[in-house]
Amino acid sequence: MALTVLRAMGGITVQDRGRPGYLSQGLSRGGAMDRLALTEGAALLGQSADLAALEIAAGTVALRAETPLRIALTGAPMSASCDGSPLAWHASHAIPQGARLDIAARGGGYGYLHLGGGIATPCVLGSRSAHLAAGIGRMLDAGDTLPTGDDTGTRTGLTLTPLPRWDGGTIRIVEGPQTALFDDATRDRFANATLSRDARGNRMGQRLTGGQFPAQGGLSILSDVVVPGDIQITGDGTPFVLLAECQTTGGYPRIGSVLPCDLPNLVQAPPGASLRFAFVPLDQARAAEATETARRADLYRHLRPLIRDPHDIPDLLAYQLVSGVTAGHDPEPEPTP
Amino acid sequence: MTDAAPQIAPQIATLGVDGLLIRFADRLTEPANRAALAFAAAVARADPPGLAEVSTGPVSVLVRLDLPRTDPDAFAACLSALLAERDWTQAPLPEGRRLWRVPAVFGTDLAPQLDEAADLAGLKPDEAVESLTAEPLRVQTIGFAPGQPYLGQLPDAWDIPRQEGLSPRVPPGALTVAIRQVVLFSVASPTGWRHVGQTAARLFDPDRTDPFLLRPGDAVLFAATDREGLEAARADGGAEVIPWP
Repeated sequence: MALTVLRAMGGITVQDRGRPGYLSQGLSRGGAMDRLALTEGAALLGQSADLAALEIAAGTVALRAETPLRIALTGAPMSASCDGSPLAWHASHAIPQGARLDIAARGGGYGYLHLGGGIATPCVLGSRSAHLAAGIGRMLDAGDTLPTGDDTGTRTGLTLTPLPRWDGGTIRIVEGPQTALFDDATRDRFANATLSRDARGNRMGQRLTGGQFPAQGGLSILSDVVVPGDIQITGDGTPFVLLAECQTTGGYPRIGSVLPCDLPNLVQAPPGASLRFAFVPLDQARAAEATETARRADLYRHLRPLIRDPHDIPDLLAYQLVSGVTAGHDPEPEPTP
Repeated sequence: MTDAAPQIAPQIATLGVDGLLIRFADRLTEPANRAALAFAAAVARADPPGLAEVSTGPVSVLVRLDLPRTDPDAFAACLSALLAERDWTQAPLPEGRRLWRVPAVFGTDLAPQLDEAADLAGLKPDEAVESLTAEPLRVQTIGFAPGQPYLGQLPDAWDIPRQEGLSPRVPPGALTVAIRQVVLFSVASPTGWRHVGQTAARLFDPDRTDPFLLRPGDAVLFAATDREGLEAARADGGAEVIPWP
């Protein structure tokens, strides 16, 4: 085993890109809430974005490395340390055997711990993702152990600049089969409203506060297929965005659907942050998806060496920064550790 | 739901960025349900390039495309051509359909809303049980939760509304009724449907070779039993395939 869980509080699960293909059997795809973070982690470690990582929804996790590991940290910035020394977020690191890793959530959102070779727990229906709503897998507990796949990479100490998505902002949506159930005034009001995430969101969906947008005759529509990103309007007019573990059919009218490439901005918005929803034409939405897909495929080109900020090195004085400190006039200092 | 409802021509709408939704009706009708099942099977069989996933709702088919590698307009044209090939409301049901016998305890503390639901249907409780066990009910769609069937269609008397408030939790295997349909719950859930029976059916078990017990088009014949009968059934997965009559 590569890792032992020493402590896990909140919602710590194994996640990959989920299980497409089971919609007709009532099982939604599930998978990581922030799929972009999976891609960022894969770029940092130079491996496939299909590999599984740990998703940290809230709370804290402490792990012990049972073998030397390469790790990467992505998604919502969290506090991380290795044997007490801070680790930079959005970066890759080498972790020695026996070291203790601590990660603690800060303000909300989903953080990810990626491992070189990926987490190699058994696949269920083609995926390693826990799907809590369906009863597949579970949250991690102290004492759990996690295997990793073969790590063929070697590089660490890299960082990238993530697409900023930690403060809400404008989320693009497209019209759907039921948008016309909402009159023009309601649609305009929705598109001009400033909404925010309710603190009660989970992997199934996210309620939004800040306005009511009832449909006409909305309670009598027939149940139909729903997909993650759909914004359903519940009986009292409250918007509710369906997310990774959503049900597969729903009977509430849906005002529109969030572009998949903008879902990370939604799930990473902290409770209370302002969210606005902008309708965009479908061809523009598809172009935006294509552009983002290409950008993600290219992320590895934008990696750069991680330069450690001395502020992040609490035991700076313990480092031998200059060899042979004697008379203070060595001509050439050796590389720092 | 009535078979005499006017049919509308199937319509293709977009759902999300990568989805095409083909709707055969704007309300639940038996022919539209058959059309959805048959057309979804036909799309899966044709497997046109760019197809990512096909799924069914009660009267609709969702086709997800592999974007951006697929031209959505060309794909929609291909679907239109397939749609035009025949009257899908007249298509036969999927092949290999199975009939399942599922023992259930009706009423008692295991299913506390039998009396209330029977009353709404204008039936005595024993008449209600007789009605619910008289004929096989067809799996019209699987949805909401993994392996969870919507079964129908019940006689007219069962056109009863969902309750206004939610039951906070029905257990897995709960047999619930509303709007001439039965829903069997695959996972514990809050619901607006009335809980009239309790089965031991394991509708979804990720560790089983076939994790999903039922398929659309299958039929379920409920059989009234008592608590001991239910426990005996539980040992066998709570459901068995029986020959078609």
